[in-house]
Amino acid sequence: MDLVAILGSISIFTAGFCLCVGASAAGLAEGYAVSSGLTSLAQQPDEAGSISRTMFISLAIIETSGIYCFVVAMILLFANPFWQYAVNAAVK
Amino acid sequence: MDLELYDEEIAFYLPYFNIPINWTIASTWIVMAFLMLVSWLATRHLKTSNKVSHWQTGMEVLVKAIYGQIHEMTTGNPMTYLPFVGTLFIFILTCNLFTLIPEFKSPTASLSTTVALAFLVLLGIPFFGIKNAGLKKYLKKYLQPSPAMLPFNILSELTSTGAMAVRLFGNVLSGVIIGSICFMLVPVILPLPMQILGLFTGMIQAYIFAMLALMYISSVHEEDETPPLLSEEKQAETDETL
Repeated sequence: MDLVAILGSISIFTAGFCLCVGASAAGLAEGYAVSSGLTSLAQQPDEAGSISRTMFISLAIIETSGIYCFVVAMILLFANPFWQYAVNAAVK
Repeated sequence: MDLELYDEEIAFYLPYFNIPINWTIASTWIVMAFLMLVSWLATRHLKTSNKVSHWQTGMEVLVKAIYGQIHEMTTGNPMTYLPFVGTLFIFILTCNLFTLIPEFKSPTASLSTTVALAFLVLLGIPFFGIKNAGLKKYLKKYLQPSPAMLPFNILSELTSTGAMAVRLFGNVLSGVIIGSICFMLVPVILPLPMQILGLFTGMIQAYIFAMLALMYISSVHEEDETPPLLSEEKQAETDETL
């Protein structure tokens, strides 16, 4: 295989793997957060505003890791920094 | 399909100066013009009598809601933070909701805009910290719990605001990309639920960004300060709970 094919296949595989791990881990963590948030909401309905606000903020912070994975996957797929180098090498 | 790089797409050239204006700046200007028009319309005839315009009522609901949220989150006078946090919230919300307009390139789907907003928050931390607690107490915060933590405290300030920028950008961009992929595959019904989901995430992200900004900028404050209450209604409410 030439450089372009190797780089392309590795980029696509890594992007998929990155999204796979990032999405599942972030989803699992958010599931735990929501579950304990709902438990405390059921125990103390008076504190609904405070609990749900804290829960949303925590969810956003947890989600950041998933978003990082998404951004890295997008960079690998659409704005790969080594792609131009590989194309230039292939042209030579 | 290409990654939406609004920074590299030139919208138009400024007349007379021939300066290229990219889509990020152009769409930010569109959103700014929209917000200015709406706020001009809403604050045109401000009154305190019984009959007020619909515009004023809507504006009061919005401002009061933001005021209430800030009041619950922080100690101290909410009016300190209201202009900054409220502006962030309304601007990001408008940008996120404008992604529904076809062909509109939302400024928050560009990393430049979100980094600029997060940089404002980074500047806001010392500004509001010194304003609320004085220079000495603000600098002391970085030596907590021990002076050895100084580099980590500075690093945490930078990374937490940087994460805010990437979070907003990634969320909006993922919505835009999923929308365009769905539009390519099944252009009839399928994009609709995705757009509705986009409305929801746009709202949540604007709220999250404003609340996190509020948390960071209000992290240094005087301890013994009782917040002023919004109205007599609220006063009665809290008296009952006490």
